[in-house]
Amino acid sequence: MTRYDSLLASVGGTPLVGLPRLSAPFNADGRPQVRIWAKLEDRNPTGSIKDRPALRMIEEAEKSGLLTPGCTILEPTSGNTGISIAMAATLKGYRTVFVMPENTSEERRQLLRMWGAEIVSSPAAGGSNEAVRVAKQIAAEHPDWVMLYQYGNDANALAHEEGTGPEILADLPSITHFVAGLGTTGTLMGVGRFFRKAKAEVRIVAAEPRYGELVYGLRNLDEGFVPELYDADLIDSRFSVGPRDAVRRVRELLELEGIFAGISTGAILHAALGQAAKVAKAGEGADIAFVVADGGWKYLSTGAYEGTIDEAEDRLEGQLWA
Amino acid sequence: MAIEVRIPTILRTYTGGEKAVNADGANLHALIDALDASHPGIKGRLLEDNGDLRRFVNIYINDEDVRFIGSLDAELSDGDQVVILPAVAGGAR
Repeated sequence: MTRYDSLLASVGGTPLVGLPRLSAPFNADGRPQVRIWAKLEDRNPTGSIKDRPALRMIEEAEKSGLLTPGCTILEPTSGNTGISIAMAATLKGYRTVFVMPENTSEERRQLLRMWGAEIVSSPAAGGSNEAVRVAKQIAAEHPDWVMLYQYGNDANALAHEEGTGPEILADLPSITHFVAGLGTTGTLMGVGRFFRKAKAEVRIVAAEPRYGELVYGLRNLDEGFVPELYDADLIDSRFSVGPRDAVRRVRELLELEGIFAGISTGAILHAALGQAAKVAKAGEGADIAFVVADGGWKYLSTGAYEGTIDEAEDRLEGQLWA
Repeated sequence: MAIEVRIPTILRTYTGGEKAVNADGANLHALIDALDASHPGIKGRLLEDNGDLRRFVNIYINDEDVRFIGSLDAELSDGDQVVILPAVAGGAR
């Protein structure tokens, strides 16, 4: 179906596309096929996977009576979740305030402002952890504001358990691996939970962005942050991917398959290709589905798409690129 | 055997400011013991008193989170790279 009653009704139902050129090196003659598939979440209304959890969190909050007309929504976000919430809030009549690390791309800030959101900047050092801390502080000062809190809101994972996961299985019943980025952990927790029930042999693989030292800063090891949603039992392996590999892969995705994705998708693809290599080495076949979390448009100003990989890596130092 | 261990900023007080140090060990347990022998005190920042990896400490062997490959029993070979990082909310979009 391609006709919807409103933009909000069109969230999800994204295409799953095969990547024959990226899969080719793993397919020697006569071997079982290794195929890599991209779930194009940039095809959602605001251009990212976050439309799914944002809409679901708002709907659940409305159902429970937490969110009522005219309410102010407060959320720590490095961009996409904020953009998704802001779009839905515009259509539903809520005011929005977002806490964002100051080292996020300018495109994201402009988009948020266009959707009428107010932005509070949090210090660059500590990245999203710091945004969460500041948002919690503001929430305490404004008890009437509603913080959906994507890191601990079950509706975040539920959007993927009931949406993303079933869509992928319906399109690719032979799936063997699912690979996604690890941020709030909502995608991996939701899709992981779905596959544990629906097809338990599917391997759930997490790709975690590894930033430059400036982002980790002098973070105290005793005050780290693990999202409340995170359950390690729903994941089979977890990889840390640095900016160099992320940039290299995001460029390969464009050059070989024509897909223009955001930098975090490069990290996810890197982990997916690692799984493909492992399977091919063992002489097995696989159908590996990974998430294209968003398009590259919002990251052009980071400099990741121009010049050499070395230059791009240098430019990303200190930036939150996922 | 030489394994490169990358040290986060917060722990460089133990390594004289070095960003990366070399250590030996057939598994992560042995490596951390060796690390502590040359940089006394660092083990206490990585492990709980009961010997488990601290909750907010992430250790990766060749980019893979050790919690999924045997944790402290994860095996090491010559040329492996170990990265120690504080847990942060990555990619929180």
